[in-house]
Amino acid sequence: MARSWGELLGESGAAPEPDEQGGRLFTRLRDSLSKSRRALTGELSAAAFDPGNELDWERLEEALIAGDVGVRATAELVRRLEARGEVGDLNAALAGEVTELFGEPPTLDVRHGPTVLLVVGVNGTGKTTTIGKLAAKLAEHGHSVLVAAADTYRAAAEEQLEIWAQRAGADFVGSERGGDPAAVAYDAVEAATARGRDVVIVDTAGRLHTQTNLMEELAKVRRVLAGRLEGAPHETLLVVDATTGQNGLEQARLFGEAVGVTGVVLTKLDGSAKGGVAIPIVYELGLPVKLVGVGEGIDDLRPFDPADYARALVSG
Amino acid sequence: MFDALTEKLQSALGDLRGRGILDEEAVSRAMREVRLALLEADVNFGVVKDFVAQVRERALGEDVRKSLTPGQQVVKIVHEELTELLGGGDSRLSFSQRPPTTILLAGLQGSGKTTAAAKLARLLRDEGKRPALVAADLQRPAAIDQLVQLGAELDVPVYADERSDPVKAVRDGIERAKADGRDVAILDTAGRLHVDEPLMDELAAVCDEAKPTNVLLVLDAMTGQEAVNVAQTFQERIDFDGVVLTKLDGDARGGAALSVRAVTGRPIKLASAGEKLDALEWFHPDRMASRILGMGDVLTLIERAEAAIESDEKEELEKRMLKGECSFDDFLSSYKMLRRMGPLQGVLKLIPGLGKQLEGLDDVDERQLKRVEAIILSMTPHERRVPHLIDMSRRKRIAAGSGTTLEQVGQLLETRKQMAKMMKLAGSGKMPSLPGMAPGAPTMGGGPRPSATRKASSKRKKKKAKR
Repeated sequence: MARSWGELLGESGAAPEPDEQGGRLFTRLRDSLSKSRRALTGELSAAAFDPGNELDWERLEEALIAGDVGVRATAELVRRLEARGEVGDLNAALAGEVTELFGEPPTLDVRHGPTVLLVVGVNGTGKTTTIGKLAAKLAEHGHSVLVAAADTYRAAAEEQLEIWAQRAGADFVGSERGGDPAAVAYDAVEAATARGRDVVIVDTAGRLHTQTNLMEELAKVRRVLAGRLEGAPHETLLVVDATTGQNGLEQARLFGEAVGVTGVVLTKLDGSAKGGVAIPIVYELGLPVKLVGVGEGIDDLRPFDPADYARALVSG
Repeated sequence: MFDALTEKLQSALGDLRGRGILDEEAVSRAMREVRLALLEADVNFGVVKDFVAQVRERALGEDVRKSLTPGQQVVKIVHEELTELLGGGDSRLSFSQRPPTTILLAGLQGSGKTTAAAKLARLLRDEGKRPALVAADLQRPAAIDQLVQLGAELDVPVYADERSDPVKAVRDGIERAKADGRDVAILDTAGRLHVDEPLMDELAAVCDEAKPTNVLLVLDAMTGQEAVNVAQTFQERIDFDGVVLTKLDGDARGGAALSVRAVTGRPIKLASAGEKLDALEWFHPDRMASRILGMGDVLTLIERAEAAIESDEKEELEKRMLKGECSFDDFLSSYKMLRRMGPLQGVLKLIPGLGKQLEGLDDVDERQLKRVEAIILSMTPHERRVPHLIDMSRRKRIAAGSGTTLEQVGQLLETRKQMAKMMKLAGSGKMPSLPGMAPGAPTMGGGPRPSATRKASSKRKKKKAKR
């Protein structure tokens, strides 16, 4: 049984996805992860893993590295496995450790009036697409949603978001190219309050975390939101492309410093990349993954389920 | 983390000086560091294995006897190998005898194809071509709008037809480019996952239709281990000629570039480092190699040092210093050598890991450095050779002569003593970590002497040309 939207949103009486749904989600995630030619542990044939064999450990390390888990988190996982003494079924043991590392499944805090979600990330990770899908899901769960195009930089970013807003049945607050993103964010909260919408999702321009002036601009968006509405933004989601390597860790670190990220959205998991960088992000920075993107369809944004992800990651 | 690769290699190899050829065990230690550094840079682990094997072989063969710094020697080997691996192949685009030349851009979603297409149009326009952009991304909402807006900024025509299919869009686009007398048509295709069979079929069909003069894979420099699978699949389906590496303005090491080069044999042709439309450049393998290694610009530093220091002068100095005979004459001449390498600020910036710490320290107290020179020059030649002669009354005279305080003179005397001690230790093979070498320490340094800098750098160029 996989984690449901109800659980993610902290709805009272929420249950996990019923088996059919959950089965499908799991299959979907596993399908997508196994499209890569080999499962994470495929090459070392988990069954034949011998904890006494140095070479087997080395191959395990390589498998984790190949999954973008990174050197330090890999070392930590291996250390924990070694500490077990008896490893038993390697796949199960590894999945267990990965799940453990992720900790409790997180929730997405949308119970304010209105709740403001700020969505940030480097260029091309899928922020706008994620917002479109998230708006649709929140609408399905009885929220009235307003999306704001505070990406005033990229050509046609506004048009792209507006198309998604229509698909999701959400209100849309636009902007002018080259305008002030903080002003757009402010207007969005104004509009949501006036119209009684209960979730505002603010899209921002993709920016590399090393561009200090642009990060400063983002911090200003955050300050303006906080000034307009106490406690806003209630969630700041960092969108990370699953094909990203170890740079994802730097992204999480620097966006975290600039705007206080509360959770990660891992997108493009329908490719063959395993999104292993999520592991160092949670291990080194303690930032939870909240959502995963597994396809282009409006239903392809899912709550992140650590156990499910770990199993899919490991056994392919 | 591996801003410190050189440092780590140094500590792995630090005790080797004077032993001649590197021994197996030391090289294994060093190779472990290289391996970690490359993995942290997202170089594919299989590629890392082969690469490290190659470097290892060379390192074992190389004579590092003369080097005070075997770590740097190994870094140099790694750097050379990387540059060679990254740089092979033709980085230029081909141009068709019968225009329009067609350039197709393909890649994953979000790799930066549309922006790269516009930047390429601008680059080619600036090189005297008459490019046009063809929108074949009919997938992503508003992708066509994006291209149209970028085209308008550049004053380059964009051919797009929203209701078309990609194959037809490309055919029509190329026709229109020809009719308008455009000599280059840049085809922007939709982003797709390499595991998405129907979309890869579509891309292959577009390629068949366009028969592009150049097929380029657009690759995000932040891509992880998956880059290899992505590149191989795209190669199987559309056999690209080269790679456009994007988002290099971030801090990604870009190890993916190396992986792709190694497994597909295709060269990296262009690199994009900025959001502005003029931020696309022809690719420089040596810069990329430094970047992957996180080396700051150690190589430039080594070259500058080599150019600034006459080799016999250096040997003489080294010999005496290692015996612990660090007179103020030596102090002064090493100080002058450092000066010849250019302004201290610039030199320090080349040292990996130091760059960031120096921000805000705009002049690493050039005045203080001048003071050091003044103090030494106020000593008698005898005092400079035999520093322990300098008693309190001599100190007073020196301070008065150089316009400094007693305290400052005392500080310098102490620094020299420490340095002599350290050098002696180094000479005996017990190199301690360098204490007090932080910027601003009143030890040695170089003032801004532009003429000397120019001289050093032109020397360097000459040296390069000879190679």
